[in-house]
Amino acid sequence: MTSEVVAAAPVPVPGRAQRVREIATELRGLRGALIPILHAVQEELEYVDQTDIPVIADVLNIAVAEVHGVVTFYKDFRRAPAGRTTVAICQAEACRSVGAADLAEHAKRSIGCGFGETTYDGRITLDEIFCFGNCALGPAVQVGEKLHGRVTPARLDALLGEAR
Amino acid sequence: MTIRVYVPRDAAARSVGADEVAERIAAAATAHGQDVQVVRNGSRGMLWLEPLVEVETAEGRVGYGPVAPEEVDGLLAAGMLSGEGGDIGAHLGVVDELPWMKRQQRLTFARVGVTDPLSAEEYTSYGGMRGLREALARTPAEVVETVVDSGLRGRGGAGFPTGIKWRTVLGAESDLKFVCCNADEGDSGTFADRMLIEGDPFTLIEGMTIAAYAVGASEGYVYLRSEYPDAVATLRAAIEIARSKGWLGADVLGSGLAFDLHVRVGAGAYICGEETSMLESLEGKRGQVRAKPPIPALEGLFGRPTVVNNVLSLATVPVILAEDAEAYAAYGTGRSLGTSVFQLGGNVARGGIVETAFGITLGELVNDFGGGTSSGRPVRAVQVGGPLGAYLPVEQFDLPMDYEAFAAAGAMVGHGGIVVFDETVDMASMARFAFEFCAAESCGKCTPCRVGAVRGVETIDRIVAGEDRKKNLVLLDDLCELMTDGSLCAMGGLTPMPVQSAVRHFGKDFGA
Repeated sequence: MTSEVVAAAPVPVPGRAQRVREIATELRGLRGALIPILHAVQEELEYVDQTDIPVIADVLNIAVAEVHGVVTFYKDFRRAPAGRTTVAICQAEACRSVGAADLAEHAKRSIGCGFGETTYDGRITLDEIFCFGNCALGPAVQVGEKLHGRVTPARLDALLGEAR
Repeated sequence: MTIRVYVPRDAAARSVGADEVAERIAAAATAHGQDVQVVRNGSRGMLWLEPLVEVETAEGRVGYGPVAPEEVDGLLAAGMLSGEGGDIGAHLGVVDELPWMKRQQRLTFARVGVTDPLSAEEYTSYGGMRGLREALARTPAEVVETVVDSGLRGRGGAGFPTGIKWRTVLGAESDLKFVCCNADEGDSGTFADRMLIEGDPFTLIEGMTIAAYAVGASEGYVYLRSEYPDAVATLRAAIEIARSKGWLGADVLGSGLAFDLHVRVGAGAYICGEETSMLESLEGKRGQVRAKPPIPALEGLFGRPTVVNNVLSLATVPVILAEDAEAYAAYGTGRSLGTSVFQLGGNVARGGIVETAFGITLGELVNDFGGGTSSGRPVRAVQVGGPLGAYLPVEQFDLPMDYEAFAAAGAMVGHGGIVVFDETVDMASMARFAFEFCAAESCGKCTPCRVGAVRGVETIDRIVAGEDRKKNLVLLDDLCELMTDGSLCAMGGLTPMPVQSAVRHFGKDFGA
């Protein structure tokens, strides 16, 4: 699920199109360059803006629809900036066997938004994810860049407190 | 003399505080003027003991685990740096002598947890590059036949003989061929690919180079999932080192072989673990599956002949070449030869990596190695082979881990992941989740998967609500049969496996 709750479309920063063109131009020599370009754009510019799509299509000399199709197929690509802290909770079988579904309900209540959503103050984006490969130490939760194992509701609250 | 202390850099170990433990040890050693080198190794695979600290002593590597950061000072005061502290709970003794380790036969995972993953010197001193040197001394066809003779089958789940696939690619005429490693390990309960890449990345590089030599490929791609950032960083660093050592590049080991390797990061689509969908994604497209034929071995990446193998298949090739096919095939049973890297996860007391010959029973893995559940409640079900594998009751714990035996029981070994559930599990909700997951992750190309999964969720909801229960159970069976027979790939084709096994073995959860 992509983050779609932000009411207004994000306003791209000035110079964004130029920077997107530079990134795409730098990487276009790679085989299958589109996904590496989208990753690079998101890493530097936080998300993939609707206005980035025709720029990338132009550099790669492919249809706008093709780029749009790829951006919307893959969950990783955000269409709007994420909150200041991202929280991703594994919801796959192994983590479910040790309470990940209850942990998710707790997280939604205590953070105040659902999966794929960002809190109204832009503080936290909550996502569900299917497997970090930490299946023997679940439930697994990623806060920002850091992965945590054996996360209980109390531990999650503590982690969120640190992130505040 | 420098004391070597090992603290894993594995993502699982880091998720429970390994970085903080390593920092504390280094800081304390500096403060006390002790000559300590902290090595960030891979994980030994005893994940319930992470962070597992090991200290090199004259007797061997003595382990302490699990070690919390705040326990470090106490352990150091108790003599951890000389391997002492036998009266402390975390003191494990010599790690190689632990029964959990001694009962295993580690071939693919021989170096994981033992060496520094990014030390090329340690890699070669622990037997690395022997397989590639052996391969380069043979003809490509001989290398292919060695892999055929070893009986190695695809460790990604399908179990197709690796050597046969290579033979097809070798025989295909093309000026450009590829080797692609499928490292999109999206199945819940599987983490061996991740641990191998983080713990011994040169083995994968060596295996892919052998594959390239055997089939005549010049470029390799590792499709690695974005959920594994540590593995991405480690593999990229290892590739740089391999290039600088002449293990990759225009003239591999001075043999004239030209082969280079690239990492491509996935973007959060489970379906890209399916080989043709992965190829589409590598080409920069939506990860929609392709109809087969043509098979990727003949028309794969960008339409060229392509080897597509799982991480563990490729990482097992070096030891097969180094030790020879017969030695490898001496392990295992029936047509399941060699060792497999089983992964214990979920509600299990002792989760982790168990590499052992095929033929060990499910019960030995879950009870003897795993020690039952972590909750202490009785085991009720295990799911073997990922989200598309069957749920099995304890009554089937005598099943041997063997591709054919599992298939005969309506289950699959798959990637060797085993997820344990205790008696609190509601199997109707797990069956519903299997459909939900399929609906969310379906690429949408074929109708049985795209629509069938949604209808499956609805049908299970009706059964659980007691609405026309008998009729809906028949309908569910019919839907499952259609998905099995009519889907384009294993996503839709195997989603019925967890569903039907749950109904078969745990019928009372469905309101019977």
